[in-house]
Amino acid sequence: MTHRASLPSTPMPLGSVDAIVLGASAGGVDALLAILSALPSSLMLPMIAVVHIPRDKPSLLVKVLGARAHIAVREACDKDLLLPGLVIAPPDYHVLLDVARGGRHLAGAQDVHLALSNDEPVSYCRPSIDVLFQSAAEVFGPRVAGLVLTGANDDGALGLQAIKANGGLCAVQSPDEASARRMPEAAIASAQPQLVAPLNGIIQWIIALDAERAGDTEGTVFRER
Amino acid sequence: MRSIEGQDAEGVFEIELKLLLEAIFQRYHYDFRDYARSSLRRRLRQAMERFGASSLSVLQDRVLHDAHALPILLDYLTIQVSEMFRDATHFLALRRDVLPILATYPSLKIWIAGCSTGEEVYSMAILLEEEGLLDRAIIYATDVNEEALHKAEAGVYTLDRVPGFSESYTKAGGKGSLSDWYTAAYNGVVFDRRLRRNVVFSDHSLSTDGDFTETHLVMCRNVLIYFDRELQDRAIALFEQSLMPRGFLALGAKENLRVSSHAAAFETFNTHERIYRKR
Repeated sequence: MTHRASLPSTPMPLGSVDAIVLGASAGGVDALLAILSALPSSLMLPMIAVVHIPRDKPSLLVKVLGARAHIAVREACDKDLLLPGLVIAPPDYHVLLDVARGGRHLAGAQDVHLALSNDEPVSYCRPSIDVLFQSAAEVFGPRVAGLVLTGANDDGALGLQAIKANGGLCAVQSPDEASARRMPEAAIASAQPQLVAPLNGIIQWIIALDAERAGDTEGTVFRER
Repeated sequence: MRSIEGQDAEGVFEIELKLLLEAIFQRYHYDFRDYARSSLRRRLRQAMERFGASSLSVLQDRVLHDAHALPILLDYLTIQVSEMFRDATHFLALRRDVLPILATYPSLKIWIAGCSTGEEVYSMAILLEEEGLLDRAIIYATDVNEEALHKAEAGVYTLDRVPGFSESYTKAGGKGSLSDWYTAAYNGVVFDRRLRRNVVFSDHSLSTDGDFTETHLVMCRNVLIYFDRELQDRAIALFEQSLMPRGFLALGAKENLRVSSHAAAFETFNTHERIYRKR
């Protein structure tokens, strides 16, 4: 990795998390391409993304992002378990994190799965970053990291605030670097994230979180179904 | 009253949620106990705002002691979002590939499970009428929410939704114009009552009721996503029991039978459109 030049001036917020949830809007595809092309294939931390795309267009995102990624990129399906790689919300559905019957919210990651919803758009967005982030905060408590990237609306601000309130880690792309600064600015104002950094710093943070988790025996053990 | 925060608050909310669902079941026999939790939590937070309730316990008090509160709460707990010809290619596949097979039967029974406010009922009725099959078909349109069923039966939709419906109708292989099937009135449209001459609207719960009838096609789209795995399995077992051999099951675009223990009873007919066929 050669991202040292742009290391954030604040220390990287680290902790043992079971997943990263992230949201992006205008300019988000390019930002995600930059992140994905820099993440190593050995990355085990599950990532779940909401990227705003036109509701009626079949999503080409998986194909576009998958072509440049070294980790698996999939579209979310109802009841999918969390696995290493990036899962993307399908067009026109919210994606939430949920726990199986008998499991309790905040009980741990072993039985967390994705749940799709057809509920009304939130602030004109379906999928909504806030909906994903709020469910992540409820399911994982402190064991989740939220990341807000470039975008031209306020989606994600309330969700990131919820993650912070429940003890999770929060990061936002530097508004100066983002191709649209409104979404990062709204998230910073609302959540006071522990990390504000350009993409290079964000990439290092993700890799560091993955390393933390690998050293944590309480983390989820992934097994093939 | 905000004495607890963060994780503690989540734990208390979880307890209250279980108690509320149990209370609704015991008092009114609506069973939401096996619905997917995350969506329920979102909807109940919205319901708390609507009722001005500071906690789910307060909401529980209201719904136990005030029967008028129940229908309002049901609107939050049941699925109310539906569109005509949603995922137009799904309806196109039904029209092109499934209906010609169903046309070989002298009479047809179709079950639309979780029909909500009826958008898919009219979509199906139009499809059948245009393919010359409505006269020998019976459509059973069921939902747990009686208010939604009344709306489905009325067939009235607001005008602002019609352009989207029309576009999807055309993409789904519509043979004319959607306006052939409705009359504009005030700020809405009313669908032709002839479309529901063979539709039976009925109260039915996939959580607590039994299988329905010997059907040729079961359509249940974007309903199972609101159920937990066990309830999904129960519903799929009902569909299997209700379908005659070689009958069809049509699910939503992001639903599948993969995690169901009844998967082996079905074969895939159209992977992309999530159309399955009973073996």
